[in-house]
Amino acid sequence: MGAKDLLSHSVRIAWKDLTELVRNRLGMVLLIVMPLFMMTMIGFIYPSSTATISNLPVALVNQDQGFYNKTSGTNSTIPSQIFITGLQQMNNYTTNNQTQPPMLILSSASSMADIRDKVQKGKIDGGILIPDNFSESIMSGEQGTVIIVTDQSNPTTAAMFQAAMSATIEQMGTLFAQEKVETLNPAVTANNSLAIVKPYYSQTEGVVSGNPSYFNFIAPGIMAMTVMMSVMTGLPVAISKEKEDGTMDGMMVAPIDRLSIILGKALGQTVRGLFQGFIIFALAVGLFGVVIHGSIMLVVALLLLGVYSFVGLGIVLTSFAKDQETAQMMMMTIMFPMMFLSGVFFPISQMPWYMQDIAKFLPLYYATDAMRRVMVLGAGVSDISIDLLILISFGTVMIAIAVPLFQRMMTR
Amino acid sequence: MSNASMIEVNNDVTKMSNEPIIEVKNLTKMFNDFVAVDSISFDVKKGEILGLLGPNGAGKSTTLRMLSTLSRPTKGTATIGGHDVVKGDNEVRKLIGIVSEKMIMYNRLTARENLIFFGSLFDLPKDVLNKRIDDLLELVQLTKWKNAQVGTFSTGMRQRMNVIRALLNMPQVLFLDEPTLGLDPQSSVEIREFIKKLNREKGTTIIVTTHMMVDADLLCDRIGIMDHAKIVALDTSTNLKKTISGADTTILKLEIGNLSTPIIEAIRACKCVDSVSQENSMQLRIICHGQEAFDSVIDAVRTTGGKINSMENLQPTLEDVFLHITGHEVRDSADQKIPMAEHRRFGSRPQGRIR
Repeated sequence: MGAKDLLSHSVRIAWKDLTELVRNRLGMVLLIVMPLFMMTMIGFIYPSSTATISNLPVALVNQDQGFYNKTSGTNSTIPSQIFITGLQQMNNYTTNNQTQPPMLILSSASSMADIRDKVQKGKIDGGILIPDNFSESIMSGEQGTVIIVTDQSNPTTAAMFQAAMSATIEQMGTLFAQEKVETLNPAVTANNSLAIVKPYYSQTEGVVSGNPSYFNFIAPGIMAMTVMMSVMTGLPVAISKEKEDGTMDGMMVAPIDRLSIILGKALGQTVRGLFQGFIIFALAVGLFGVVIHGSIMLVVALLLLGVYSFVGLGIVLTSFAKDQETAQMMMMTIMFPMMFLSGVFFPISQMPWYMQDIAKFLPLYYATDAMRRVMVLGAGVSDISIDLLILISFGTVMIAIAVPLFQRMMTR
Repeated sequence: MSNASMIEVNNDVTKMSNEPIIEVKNLTKMFNDFVAVDSISFDVKKGEILGLLGPNGAGKSTTLRMLSTLSRPTKGTATIGGHDVVKGDNEVRKLIGIVSEKMIMYNRLTARENLIFFGSLFDLPKDVLNKRIDDLLELVQLTKWKNAQVGTFSTGMRQRMNVIRALLNMPQVLFLDEPTLGLDPQSSVEIREFIKKLNREKGTTIIVTTHMMVDADLLCDRIGIMDHAKIVALDTSTNLKKTISGADTTILKLEIGNLSTPIIEAIRACKCVDSVSQENSMQLRIICHGQEAFDSVIDAVRTTGGKINSMENLQPTLEDVFLHITGHEVRDSADQKIPMAEHRRFGSRPQGRIR
């Protein structure tokens, strides 16, 4: 049997699969809705570098005892009042006449215990505590300490709150220092007082134009994942379904090469995956403002290469999956670690070193990496040659293992 | 199905040639330690309808799967049209069609699309295939529904589809695995007549598995009785029946008004009684032998206080043949069969059968 027959039979099987897919209206809708959900959810849930907090309920406790002026015999809490006024001003800060939602919604509390109680009850997400010696310290020439109380049950919010408060307090300190410098030396203007207080200023710029957005990071990863997973996971499920329904026998008793069955099924899954990949692409560009810097052709070629590298693994799984249920479970077991370890959603540099080492064994890691560099950074073929080489070799090795395994499975 | 063209023909050997189209020698299939088919041998002549009769799990389907190249024999050989089912599998596939117990069709495709898909795998010229599909749809009166998705079909319609799907390549040998399973009596008759017609008009050799005695009796030229992975008898229905209705075997249908366990036990205890089966709350079916058979049975009933309402001397059925040869009823073993092969997971040892 010639290669031409093999191919034409595969195309027929793929065509049959796709006709079935298109007839399934609900399935088609889900095929489009699923990537939309995935993009929206993941894109908005995880913090990006430009993310700010808003409307965070926080309690403020002022335990300042004040500073006792022996000469005048009066007790003053002016430093803590200045701090609170400053904080409130910063909180309701407006830029370009645009009113922005306040960062914090401040309420008052009586003590540290009260804050803890309110956090436990879920009324607030954190607290700011001004200790009793605040004015005392500042008036006697020491640093005034402000305690920021965080909610450990929500590390992400806690970290963001902490960072925002540090920045705010830092900025308040700077303003205060600027005023002092200006009072000390009247020759100093508002502009160069800042240079005296903070001589260094850092400015960030990306290698390509545009603001970094988390969508830029996840869109290539999700595209790579969806297309490749469709072959790796769709194949065992599709084949075990045919086996269970008995329709596989109909193909098996036809005088066609067994290979054309798996090829046809893989082809069908690939088209489905590419279609879904395209939807993600369109959503990313159209809805989430992702800017593509690289060549679209290279992106498509990369996706196809990704399919090649995964099809072998898919066939191996198919050979082991006896029924649909097992296939589904195998799919889940493999998909989840792969999704999270391959740097699709999080950069693997966030992970401990041993996890990073594991990630380097996963082909999805290289596919995601290459996709990201091409789509976001506009890299060319030569820039991603190592990724390409690894994907090609992985695919070839897997196919070499898979084909004999599949032939054996088919003629049990 | 149009019955107009059908003429009742006595199924005799004239329609068959003497040359065997299927030759099976010591065919064996094992799933790990479990023997599903145990060294069976038989020939099927061109144009013959062979029935494989037996309870579920007797090895009928496995035999069919091996012959249709879907399963690889563990031992032994089988050839179809001179081609070995293992070495010449693709040649064999060109000669055969298979109607399996599970309906081979895609619910979301229309009747026509299904047939085009399966037909296209046989590399027929497009116009030939289209013509054949139209003819086949007409033959089973599905032309009206050709553009409807088969998922909307009734079971009877689906089974007719299932059968014509297997005929797309005009097979010389057709395998049918329980073709009337789950069908209403009328659909069963239709399918049975269709198979007969196909055999008569096209000379198609047919192997059909069933556990329905009626099907086997009405349809087959020869019947192979399978039990415990072996073919325990293989002959024409008439000859098989002769094995028990011969010389001195009698089949009695006894209606006893106050039927109770002691009565049955007493009948069973008679030397002349081969087997007793209870048909319903009052009727017994008794196979017995010898001159004294009638008397002994009646005595046994009367001494245990039984009251005989009626008594009939019956012609043997295939069911009786089966009972006589295997010593148990067809439905007995179906209940006791332990599911095999695919139900074994994680490498556990096969449990074999309880008996």
